[in-house]
Amino acid sequence: MFPPVLNPTTVPQEPKFGERDLMRRSASTVTPPAQRQTEVAKLIDVSKCIGCKACQSACIEWNDTHPQLESNTGIYENPHDLTPDMFTLMRFTEWENPDTNNLEWLIRKDGCMHCEDPGCLKACPAPGAIVQYSNGIVDFVHENCIGCGYCVKGCPFNIPRISEVDHTAYKCTLCSDRIAVGQGPACAKACPTQAIVFGTKEEMKKHAEGRVADLKSRGFDSAGLYDPPGVGGTHVMYVLHHADKPEIYAGLPNNPAISPIVEAWKGVTKYAGLAVMGVAAVTGFLHYMVNGPNRVSEEDEEAAQRLTGDRSS
Amino acid sequence: MSTDSGYDVGKGDSVHPGKPVTVDRYTGGARINHWITATSLVLLALSGLSLFHPRLFFLSALFGGGQWVRTIHPWIGVVLFFSFLGLFLRFWKLNLWKREDGTWLARVRDVLAAHDERLPEVGKYNAGQKLVFWSMSTLIIVLIGSGIVIWNQYFAAYTTIEQQRWALLVHSIAAILAISVWITHVYAAIWVKGTIRAMVRGSVTGGWAWRYHRKWLRELVARPPTKEPTADRKRTAAE
Repeated sequence: MFPPVLNPTTVPQEPKFGERDLMRRSASTVTPPAQRQTEVAKLIDVSKCIGCKACQSACIEWNDTHPQLESNTGIYENPHDLTPDMFTLMRFTEWENPDTNNLEWLIRKDGCMHCEDPGCLKACPAPGAIVQYSNGIVDFVHENCIGCGYCVKGCPFNIPRISEVDHTAYKCTLCSDRIAVGQGPACAKACPTQAIVFGTKEEMKKHAEGRVADLKSRGFDSAGLYDPPGVGGTHVMYVLHHADKPEIYAGLPNNPAISPIVEAWKGVTKYAGLAVMGVAAVTGFLHYMVNGPNRVSEEDEEAAQRLTGDRSS
Repeated sequence: MSTDSGYDVGKGDSVHPGKPVTVDRYTGGARINHWITATSLVLLALSGLSLFHPRLFFLSALFGGGQWVRTIHPWIGVVLFFSFLGLFLRFWKLNLWKREDGTWLARVRDVLAAHDERLPEVGKYNAGQKLVFWSMSTLIIVLIGSGIVIWNQYFAAYTTIEQQRWALLVHSIAAILAISVWITHVYAAIWVKGTIRAMVRGSVTGGWAWRYHRKWLRELVARPPTKEPTADRKRTAAE
C-alpha cells in the first residue's frame, strides 16, 4: 500500500511552480533555475491494473474534455486511440505467454511519458508552446501552439494529438495544475487498485522496487521498471511483468529515443542550412563589390545594330 | 515554339531593328507567370524560415502569427507548384542541354570575371540559367511531395510518423537548396545589367542579346520574317 496523496486544503494557494521553474522552453533559450524542484513521477503498475478505465473518466472530468462517442468495433479500447479530447487510454493486449501457455491480459494506460529529454519540445518551432518544468513535467501551452504537428514527429511514443477544432496539440499534462497546488494527478486519485501512484521520482522508484520484487517472487522473473534511459528517463514510469519485452504491451517502445532523423533536422540541418544560405548571399555581395556590375558596352549595341541592319534591308 | 522547332528561340521572341535595337524576350503571359511564381517563392521562404529556426520565428508576424503561417504556407506552396509548372511548360525546351553549355560551364572563371567575349555563343539561356531552371524544377517537385506529407491538417492520416520525419528533413534541406538557387538567380539578374527589364518590360537591348545570348540573337535575326507572329510584325511596322 502506497500512502495516497492527501486531500488538499480548500483554501486557495499559490501554485508551487510556474514560469520561473522552466528548464526548457520550445524554440527559446531559458536560463534553468539555479535549484531544481524535486522531480515528480507517476508510476503505473501494469500488473495491478484491472482495466476499469476510472483513470480515463477522471481525466475527462478534470480536464473537462468531451471525447466523441464512437461505435463498438469489438475491441476494449474506448475511444479507439488517443485523441485531442482523450489524454490517456487503456490499451488492452491478449498475449499468450510461450513459456507457460497462459493467456495474459496486458492492460497498459497509455499517455504522455513526460520524458526528461522531450522529443516534442525539441521539434517544436513555436516559442513557448511546449515547456518543461524543473520538476520534470512537460506541458503544452495552447496560446503559443501553432498546430503544425511537429511535436507528433518529435515524440518517440506517438502521444500528441492535434485538435481539428482549435488547431493546437493536446496531451496529458500530468495534471500540472493539480500538482502545482499539492494534489496528485486525477487518474492516480481515481485508480481503485493503486495501479497508478504519484510522488517524487525517488519515492516512485523505491516503490517500484518493492513491486518488482513481489512480482519476481510470484514467478515473473523478468519483471522490472520501465524508465527508458534513451530519453533521459521519464516522469511516468511503468512496472511491467515482462520488462524485457515492453513491445508486447500494445507496442510500448523498447529503448525509445528521439529519432535520429529529428535530431539531424533540428541539429546539423538547422545550422548548416543557415550557413549555406548566408554564404550564398555574402558571396554574391562580395563578388559585386570586387567585380562591379557586368554591363553591355557601346560596341555590343553597335554590333547588334549591324547584325539586325543586315536583316531589315 | 511550334513554328520554330529548329531554333533556340521562344514564343514571342522577336527583334526590332533601330537605335538601339530592342529584342522581345518575354511575353506578358510569361512575365505575369514569373512574378506570381516569384511572389509565392518569397512568401514561402519567409514563412518557411520562420518555422525553420527559432531565431527566425519573428518572421511569422508578417503573416499574422504562427497559426497563420501554419495555415497559409502549404496553400502558397500549391500556388507556387502550379505557377512554376506554367513556367516549366513554357521554358523546358529552351533549357535542354546543348554542346556549348559544357564549354560555357568549363569557363566559369571567365563568366564570373565578366569576360563574356571568351565564352561560346549561347542560345536563349546559358548553362548557368539552365542549371537554375533544372535545379528549381527538381527541388519544387521534392518540396511539394514532401510538403504534402507534412501538411498535417489534411494529410496526416495517409503516412506513418516515420515517413513524416523523413519528409520534414527532406523538405527543409530542399528548401535551403531552393533558397540558395534563388539567391544565385536574383544575384545574376542584379549583376548583369539590363537583365531585370527583360522580366519587367519584356524586352532587352540588342547589345544585351549580342553580349550574352548571341546565338539566340543570330537565330532571331536569321529567322525568315514570314514565320514571325503577325502581332509582332504589326508592332515592328508601327515603330
